[in-house]
Amino acid sequence: MNALEIQDLRVRYGRTTVVTDVSLAVPKGRTVGLVGESGSGKSTIAAAAVGLVRPDAGTIRVDGADAVGGGSAARRARRRMQLVFQDPFSALDPLLPVGDSIAEALRATGRRWSRAERVERVRELLRQVHLDPDRAGDRPAAFSGGQRQRVTIARALAGEPSVLIADEVTSALDVSVQGAILNLLRELQEELGISMLFISHNLAVVRYISDEVCVMRQGRIVESGPTESLLETPGDPYTQDLLDAVPVLGERMVFSD
Amino acid sequence: MTTFVPRDTAPAIEGVRAKPRRRSRWISVPGIAAIIGVAALLVIAIIGPDVWIQAATERNIAERWSPAGPQHPFGTDDIGRDIFARVMVAARLSLLLTIGATAMLIIGGLAIGLTAAILPRHPRRALIWIMDMLLAFPWLLLVLFFTVIWDASAAGAMLAIGLAGIPSITRLVYNMASSVTDQDYVRAARVVGVGPLGILVRHVLPNIANPLLVQSAASASVTLLAFAGLSFLGLGVQAPEYDWGRLLNEGLGHLYTNPMAAIGPGILIVFAGLVFTLISEAVAEQPGQGLRALARATRMALLAKVPSRREPVAVSKHDDEAPLAEVKDLRIAFPDGAGGVVERVSGVDLRIAPGEVVGIVGESGSGKSLTAMAFAGLLEAPAIVTADARRFDDIDLNAKIGAADRKRLGVELGMVFQDPLTSLNPALTIGRQLTEVPEVHMGMSRSAARTRAAQALDAVGIDDSARRLKQYPHEFSGGMRQRAMIGMALTGTPKLIIADEPTTALDVTVQRQVMGVLRRAQEETGAAIVFISHDIALVSAFCDRVMVMKDGVAVEMLDAARIREDATHPYTQALIACLPDMKSDRTKPLPVIPADLAAVAVAGDAVVAQAAPGGTAPSHAESAAAAEEVKA
Repeated sequence: MNALEIQDLRVRYGRTTVVTDVSLAVPKGRTVGLVGESGSGKSTIAAAAVGLVRPDAGTIRVDGADAVGGGSAARRARRRMQLVFQDPFSALDPLLPVGDSIAEALRATGRRWSRAERVERVRELLRQVHLDPDRAGDRPAAFSGGQRQRVTIARALAGEPSVLIADEVTSALDVSVQGAILNLLRELQEELGISMLFISHNLAVVRYISDEVCVMRQGRIVESGPTESLLETPGDPYTQDLLDAVPVLGERMVFSD
Repeated sequence: MTTFVPRDTAPAIEGVRAKPRRRSRWISVPGIAAIIGVAALLVIAIIGPDVWIQAATERNIAERWSPAGPQHPFGTDDIGRDIFARVMVAARLSLLLTIGATAMLIIGGLAIGLTAAILPRHPRRALIWIMDMLLAFPWLLLVLFFTVIWDASAAGAMLAIGLAGIPSITRLVYNMASSVTDQDYVRAARVVGVGPLGILVRHVLPNIANPLLVQSAASASVTLLAFAGLSFLGLGVQAPEYDWGRLLNEGLGHLYTNPMAAIGPGILIVFAGLVFTLISEAVAEQPGQGLRALARATRMALLAKVPSRREPVAVSKHDDEAPLAEVKDLRIAFPDGAGGVVERVSGVDLRIAPGEVVGIVGESGSGKSLTAMAFAGLLEAPAIVTADARRFDDIDLNAKIGAADRKRLGVELGMVFQDPLTSLNPALTIGRQLTEVPEVHMGMSRSAARTRAAQALDAVGIDDSARRLKQYPHEFSGGMRQRAMIGMALTGTPKLIIADEPTTALDVTVQRQVMGVLRRAQEETGAAIVFISHDIALVSAFCDRVMVMKDGVAVEMLDAARIREDATHPYTQALIACLPDMKSDRTKPLPVIPADLAAVAVAGDAVVAQAAPGGTAPSHAESAAAAEEVKA
């Protein structure tokens, strides 16, 4: 069964359609990469999935439950998806200790938590993302960019999601930190069996982390398939353009035009 | 030993220190003054009426209108009551009215502003529209209007001033609240199911509290003056009650016989107003605001004037190949705000030959941008730049740059920044900005400059240049803006183009186009390029030579084409290994920069924590140690 299933999704901002008839599915426990240029509608899909944007048409299902609309069932379904944002600096309330930010997300589980349970769970989550649990009382300013991104991942995990949506989570980070965050995401996926929709414009990163890849352009999915075969023999010229544009270490970039 | 802090860890250290500093908010000049002032006002307001009520009410017709003297510091009034005593007694009423009105306008503004922030779009617009209308309405007129309705009384005046102040506070609260609700952390809270009220209480209020407190104290001082004014006009407090404004009014008639009768209450009004201002000053503790920032700026200005070692260096003309630009033993330091300096670039040597493309690669905080800025002579106070030699062509950048040399730098040096949205002026057309160099620095006529700008846009592949020149930066896409920036560098006769992360905000496909434009510009003009990026693959794919920087030190200089084979420094090797490429093994975890390597000069925790595979995150002790090291 698919953990996340999006069908014929259409989103409009005012009069412009930013996502047109997009269908994609994230199988349980797998990672699907969504790659494309900025403005191609990648992040809009994420926002629509978690309910920050109201879709114009189409269905979004999480573990088979409909996640579109204002009903309590849809709201519950949406809480089964959690979003990790691109910029770890604006994604955390600067005045709130990180432990409180994570504890706030516990409400997405829909259960009641006693104070002691909450504290213990926050410590466990911090350990899970390899941060010192004793730092739960520190404010975000005391953490580096990579550590903040770990905190936001812990916050997303607090809701015990079935699907994790990672929206350009490494593009604001230094390369050395990027590797560590990617490793963490893979490790968490193995441990918890989470399904992941990984959005990025960096083809090398998407290739590394994803089992399947969807290539987006101008609000549509132009091509999708298993990572290796799709990137080795791309069917769409746009995918080929993307591949050609990736700089290779020590290989002089050739400009045809 | 010079202490060393990479830029990245600075916030971490600030965070460690945050607690003690929070307590010391009041231990500053405005803080202490505010505390003393508040104490004085409180004492007068609380015990004033009890102590001075006798003198303030006792009639003594024989001594009416006696001038100021030792017995009556401010003199006496028309029935011989001591004016000083009356001023002291009036303190309570004056302050209560002020605080009452201020509380009204703050609470009202807060309630309406926050409500507006969570309303759906249309009611929100309507509410803000009404508030904006009221904002445009003169407040004095509003007060007069209320006075007509409720008759002149102290309560009426308070209500009037309070209500009249609500629209501006509403606007402030609404603006601040909406900037907070746009943040990702509020979106994150919405995703986990926090309701609008929860978001207001947990996220919005704490984040707007400080500016709001500053505003409250500032409005209190305005309110006080407003009351004094109203009472002075006879619209406020009515006899037999009296506040400072009324006393001012009564004293004014005898300004020539006993000036203290009017000046006395005036002194108290000014004093109270000053105390409110000091409170707001002390609350605005954040850097960049208030008196403190002034003190800090002065300190920095002094630091920057510390004489640097600046022996005149003979420009090495006998080198076999004269470089276009070079720095020797470049050091760049900044004041750390606590009286010391932090060195961000330590002893970098770099020579750039004419037409050469040199890349500088490093992580944030490695000093790569600062090094490039030093080439352009763009670093100004508070940066403290020293170098054994620093020159561009035959301009000695170590010496004071004359007007003629400035002009030459403007023409021969092109800059391309990461974010063209902030480096292009949004209020000017592209044409205005592209004609500046030819018109101002090269002395071309307006039409010739325009032709040159159009040629520059053609050169960077922007079609329909005549129309494009008339457009504003926001009408260009990200890639287009970056092309325009490169075009701007081409409007001069560039010998060196410094490109600082020019494609970091762009997609790979657009990045490739922009790099192509940059390459063509280089080939056509023969300019040298300093290309800065954090992406070692991109740098090696574009440049002739690559300098790897870490923590302000040049780690290694490598031939770009042989970077993988020649890299000997473990940091460079790690940097190459940790970057996923199209051939990375997807079954294995990515290599990360080893902890010992990253920890060498990193005084904080940024890389250490990431690199530790077992997840040994740095403890408080480590961060504290780092903070100590900085202070040393």
